[in-house]
Amino acid sequence: MSSSVKGFMIRWGAIITGIVVGILAPVLVKLGNPGNMGMCVVCFTRDTAGALGLHRAAVVQYIRPEIVGLVLGALIAALAFREFKPRTGSSPFVRFILGVFASFGGLVFLGCPWRAYLRLGGGDLNAIFGILGLVVGIVIGIAFLRSGFSLGRNWPAPKAMGWVMPVVMIAMLVLLLAAPQFGRDADGNAIGPIFFSTSGPGSQHAPIFIALGIGLLIGFLAQRSRFCTVGAFRDAILMRDNYLLKGVIALIVAAVITNLALGQFSPGFADQPIAHTNSLWNFGGMVLAGLAFTLAGGCPGRQFFLTGEGDGDAAVFVTGMLAGAGFAHNFGIASSASGPGLYGPAIVIIGIVVCVIIGLTMRDTKLLGGA
Amino acid sequence: MSELRSIDARGLSCPQPAMLVRLAIQKTGKGTVTVLVDSDTARENVSRLGKNSGWAVTVQEKPDSSYRIVLTK
Repeated sequence: MSSSVKGFMIRWGAIITGIVVGILAPVLVKLGNPGNMGMCVVCFTRDTAGALGLHRAAVVQYIRPEIVGLVLGALIAALAFREFKPRTGSSPFVRFILGVFASFGGLVFLGCPWRAYLRLGGGDLNAIFGILGLVVGIVIGIAFLRSGFSLGRNWPAPKAMGWVMPVVMIAMLVLLLAAPQFGRDADGNAIGPIFFSTSGPGSQHAPIFIALGIGLLIGFLAQRSRFCTVGAFRDAILMRDNYLLKGVIALIVAAVITNLALGQFSPGFADQPIAHTNSLWNFGGMVLAGLAFTLAGGCPGRQFFLTGEGDGDAAVFVTGMLAGAGFAHNFGIASSASGPGLYGPAIVIIGIVVCVIIGLTMRDTKLLGGA
Repeated sequence: MSELRSIDARGLSCPQPAMLVRLAIQKTGKGTVTVLVDSDTARENVSRLGKNSGWAVTVQEKPDSSYRIVLTK
């Protein structure tokens, strides 16, 4: 690919990616995805966790081909542009824990930063509290970064390590298509090991190969543009760099226009799809998520894209998100349309405390001295 | 011009490479800052930061596919 194309993407890539996501996510809703959930990395991870039997919330179980596409699209871009650089070793288990709590926070809000912007783009004004919480979480994370927070360096790893997550994603696609049902309950009825919702959000999905194709396109573009829905505010506040923020603004504007065009724009607080109106915990959940994502170095989408580049630490974070999504339903943490789960508010506070301890204790002040 | 600061940002997560460089060029004011990074995202972020801050930026790819970025002002 020519250097002029590379230069174009360096300058305009985030805006282009934001526009593409802002258009195609509402299209996925039109084609069958749940409302304002054309692209939600945490929700899709949660649905996938359910399909794998990691939780038994029957209404949110489906292997979402979009996230398979996000990883494989990023892989294709990384290979094409010689950016497939397997690496690992930067506090992997801390990243796992951050992934777990990021899922908890997201599922209290009912969405990740991607869906927060898309919910706003669909007219769901509850998202405003989520986005405010996200920004507060990012600001707390920035304070730790400024005082020397670091999860340490990663190191180059064998090429094969970088292929592990892409291969896992191909296996997910096979499980989606094959949907094995060799498990049996006490009465001999087929049960699992792959579970697909027959009602509720998990049963609502766009055609598999369209969803996969859109995921591939977004993964490819986002790898090239470094699109990051948390880095957007982080870089604007910390670095006075608005490159990524312009991409997020483009996403919201494109989503509003597309939803209006498709008749899916419905402004207000009440009766929004897959959402609750508890402003405090919409805010609180995203404070936790924003903080966890900032400490881990990027939003959930970015973590998936990094796995496509061979980043083993991002793969551990993603695995933490998957585990956290399972816990979130098993432990009554995830919210529903009626409001926060029984233990959602408590876990948000615990999660913020855990992230603050991580932020205070994982430090390398020599790095700041070197600068 | 003498080299004033040197930063090894290899292997660090976003936004640390660019953040460290920002601190360095703010402290240094003018002169030369050299930065080692090993990801293309860090290379782009540090280069964009340098250019936006009015520093001249040159990037040299090393045999191990890391990058040596030199910022001068």
